[in-house]
Amino acid sequence: MHEYSIVQSLVDSVDAAVKQTPDAIVMRVHVEIGDLSGVDVDLLTTAFETFRDGTCCERAGIVIERVSTQWVCPKCHRPIASGAVLQCPDCHEPARLGAGDEILLREIEMEVPDVSGLRMR
Amino acid sequence: MCQDCGCGDPEVVPVKVQQKILARNDRTAAHNREHFLGDGMLAVNLMGSPGAGKTAVLEATGRALPDPKKVAAIAGDLATENDANRLIAAGIRSRAITTGQACHLDAELVHRAVHHFDLRGVEYLFIENVGNLVCPAVYDLGQALNVVALSITEGEDKPLKYPTMFAKADLVLLTKADLLPHLPFIDVDKIIDALAHVMPVPRVISMSARTGFGIEAWIRWLATSRTAALEKFEVYA
Repeated sequence: MHEYSIVQSLVDSVDAAVKQTPDAIVMRVHVEIGDLSGVDVDLLTTAFETFRDGTCCERAGIVIERVSTQWVCPKCHRPIASGAVLQCPDCHEPARLGAGDEILLREIEMEVPDVSGLRMR
Repeated sequence: MCQDCGCGDPEVVPVKVQQKILARNDRTAAHNREHFLGDGMLAVNLMGSPGAGKTAVLEATGRALPDPKKVAAIAGDLATENDANRLIAAGIRSRAITTGQACHLDAELVHRAVHHFDLRGVEYLFIENVGNLVCPAVYDLGQALNVVALSITEGEDKPLKYPTMFAKADLVLLTKADLLPHLPFIDVDKIIDALAHVMPVPRVISMSARTGFGIEAWIRWLATSRTAALEKFEVYA
């Protein structure tokens, strides 16, 4: 179960991002997880809730947006349904993955005692 | 302080990040890749279930290549160094990575393993990943190619159950093909059909490490892939 190691990397990324705002409290992290990324959303949530203690994400919730797998023909851009043969029925080109492999940290919501400094950045 | 009414309450501010969570691993992987290709090596990330025959494939590869000095392997395992020892016995320079509880290798583990590993003259570096069809697919190690060993006894629909792993594969080795006569209920065409539903380019080589069947095709594929990878690297370098 690699979700724990994903959480470790997630917390490190958040930590690096909030370093410039020392008084900030991370309230929520928004992540995007593709259906073909190999990351299980429920396990990721459990791993996050277990491992956030003692980190910059201690008080943070996690909001996970799932991204569906999208295969497309690289030539005619026709979508190819996932579960079908991954070749364009017209051009016979191998399908290209358009979306679905995302493991992204999209946004951090933080509570800041004084937002003026942050807004000026 | 709240800027709207001056009430003194803290405010929640959204900060856009839009960053790959595994960016650090990807950076280390890129560094590994540059080293491997720069030194003339084709690095292959060999994945598959426990017992798919990954180590046996490498033993057979060592036997089939005219000069085993041109092959090296890093073998990832949870608890033992057995695989690396088997490869050393087969004449392949090998290092073990014992991952403890970790179910996959990552770029940093590979980087540390190759750091003190004499790879001079090596043309093929095999990274035998931890036996697992889920987690290893998530981590880029710096390999040029992903190869998945799938033994014919594993079930015809295995690729459909683990689409992430097979979607990333450049080649699938259908191992233990010598067992086919004993498995009348296994239809190889069904396995290949399942692969076509999850792999955009379903390249498959049936092989048997025991009898040597298919090994020649595999060695040819490795040689062609190495030439192509090195040419591509030189064009972009």
